[in-house]
Amino acid sequence: MYRYDEFDHKLVAERARQFRRQVKRRLSGELTEDQFKPLRLMNGLYMQLHAYMLRVNVPYGSLSSRQLRKFAHIARTYDRDFGHFTTRQNIQYNWIKLEDVPDILEELAEVEVTAIQSSGNCVRNITSDHYAGRARDELADPRVYAELLRQYTILNPEFSYLPRKFKIALTGSPRDRAAVALHDIGLRMHRNEAGETGFEVLVGGGQGRTPFIAHTIREWLAPEHLLSYVESILRVYNMYGRRDNMHKARIKIIVNQMGLDRYRELVEADWEQIRDSVLKVPQAEVDRINAYFEPPEYECLADIPDELNDVRARIPEFDQWMSANVAEHRVPGYSIVNISLKAPGLPPGDMTADTMDAVADLADRYSLDEIRVNHRQNLSFVDVRQLDLFTLWKKLKLLDLATPNIQTVSDIICCPGLDYCNLANSRSIPIAQDLSRHFVDVDHLALVGDFTINISGCMNACGHHHVGNIGILGVNKRGKEYFQLTLGGSSDENASLGDRLGRALPQDEVPAAVETIVDTYLAIRLDGERFLDTYRRAGIAPFREAVYNPVQARAVA
Amino acid sequence: MALLKNNAVIDDPFADATGRETIPASGPVLVDLDQWQSHREQLLQRTEPVGVKLRSDQPPESIAEDLHSIALIALEFPVFRDGRAYSYARLLRGQYGYSGEIRAVGDVLLEQLHFMERTGFDAFELESDDPLGDMQVASADFGVWYQPAADGRLSAVQLRHRAG
Repeated sequence: MYRYDEFDHKLVAERARQFRRQVKRRLSGELTEDQFKPLRLMNGLYMQLHAYMLRVNVPYGSLSSRQLRKFAHIARTYDRDFGHFTTRQNIQYNWIKLEDVPDILEELAEVEVTAIQSSGNCVRNITSDHYAGRARDELADPRVYAELLRQYTILNPEFSYLPRKFKIALTGSPRDRAAVALHDIGLRMHRNEAGETGFEVLVGGGQGRTPFIAHTIREWLAPEHLLSYVESILRVYNMYGRRDNMHKARIKIIVNQMGLDRYRELVEADWEQIRDSVLKVPQAEVDRINAYFEPPEYECLADIPDELNDVRARIPEFDQWMSANVAEHRVPGYSIVNISLKAPGLPPGDMTADTMDAVADLADRYSLDEIRVNHRQNLSFVDVRQLDLFTLWKKLKLLDLATPNIQTVSDIICCPGLDYCNLANSRSIPIAQDLSRHFVDVDHLALVGDFTINISGCMNACGHHHVGNIGILGVNKRGKEYFQLTLGGSSDENASLGDRLGRALPQDEVPAAVETIVDTYLAIRLDGERFLDTYRRAGIAPFREAVYNPVQARAVA
Repeated sequence: MALLKNNAVIDDPFADATGRETIPASGPVLVDLDQWQSHREQLLQRTEPVGVKLRSDQPPESIAEDLHSIALIALEFPVFRDGRAYSYARLLRGQYGYSGEIRAVGDVLLEQLHFMERTGFDAFELESDDPLGDMQVASADFGVWYQPAADGRLSAVQLRHRAG
């Protein structure tokens, strides 16, 4: 993992001290709320329905056990004993007092964690593949570039008052686990014709009320030019992004209004001027950072499929967990273990302080002290010896963290919704809870297979409903909560936006409708098809019929 | 309203003619972009310094060819949240190589002064009881910077890999 040096420590400490002054100036009335608002947002502090929410960054999803214990401590000391992992490798605390925040930021700084730019109209937390450095299909480790971007964007004097928020994500694998096409800038590592590794640069993706899949602005960019190219994209956005309407202020709108070609022309013209400036990334800095991401000293082990198969044959529950939650590691004898924060009936992504401590202990013992946070609101241990899998499973099970449902119907992304958020117009968490209680039969989950359900409590789409295989969007009709379903969304390397299924449904009809969609898929899928494949082949009609005209649909079948 | 430059409060040598029907015949003067464009020839003839004020929706490209004749560029922040002028200042100092005065005007507040200074502003019109004090507070916040900007301060990356 990256560790702060003297420069990082100093900057973060200075930032915490600065915010202490800003809070003091706010409390004394020297700053108006209007003047204070962007300052607190840039320090992660957001005003929700009932209290301040503090959003803390886990840069590119990489977390040490020591940092997770600090998260537990913050939850216990300053909040109500729990935190909530979001879709952007952040943790949120929902019940924070303004006057405590300077102390919290100082405590976080002790373990090299910040809330800097986790909110506000600036560049947000840099996110990446949670399997980075461990995935078997990885071409190059994106973390060094994520860290370079983290530093470059933190307190960037030119880009701290952008038209709107700005999100950057990277992947070093052809299999996109970081949803890069749904970001303001997405960076995909790949090889050019000469065989050199660089970035495909995507721009203008995003969700919200006007969703867009990002466009490729540059097919291949040499890594040494990453910062200058990002600077040019940001500069053009800062100058030309719309400031007259906050709902039209994201980069996706201006890229689509002026056209990708024109946007590219402006970026390339600016970039020509700065590509060989001091922004060029020195190899010495790449090497310095990369040293922190050297692979740990793995034991010399072999894969043990036979031993594991013996246990799996004896214990079906372990077998189900192995199938759903455990992924391949690039080093023989090791595995990646996904920890589900989606036990039936629990709010997705929530974790109590005690559970955080327990997971930190398990990470020390079974995963070389490291935990990863992913955009589907789950955690991963990325360095587990296969010899330890069975023991780890038993311990996770005791903590209710071994639900075998990763990437299945009950692995639901969900925003905080009207339980916390002042933007929401519906309660999204109860829908997620209903669905997770509805789909508890793990054999059935396995039968249905690869699936995503994403729920947002309003059209701002924090729950990524546009890119769920089933998306569920809360809408308000004449003061009552209804839910609009979309089908066919995906955030992977073949990203797509979902299509509207039909009229919105009242809350109590949602689980049955989802079940009908799942059953329809099971009835018409061909061998080996995931839901998404079936949907892309068969279209929306059979699903629409089944949900809205059940009698006729049955008669035809 | 105080004008701050080189850590001192100074009297503004420029007469503010922006938005007026007539431009004073002599003396240093500040005009807006419309005035600059419609009186460009006369203004270029003046021996005394001329400044141009740009609104936040007027990128410096519009005066790029005349920069060598412009002594002051005032960049307006209509509201402190409108951050376009930070990029305009960077472009002026960087790509355009402008070395005259870049003045922050409009909604200029203590908490934004440091970013303004980093991007190339060197004069600030500040509404404050203690403008010098504000500047000192803003300058004392940080002693390390993650990225190069227009102020010549070395970034952490540069300091980490300084020769020797």
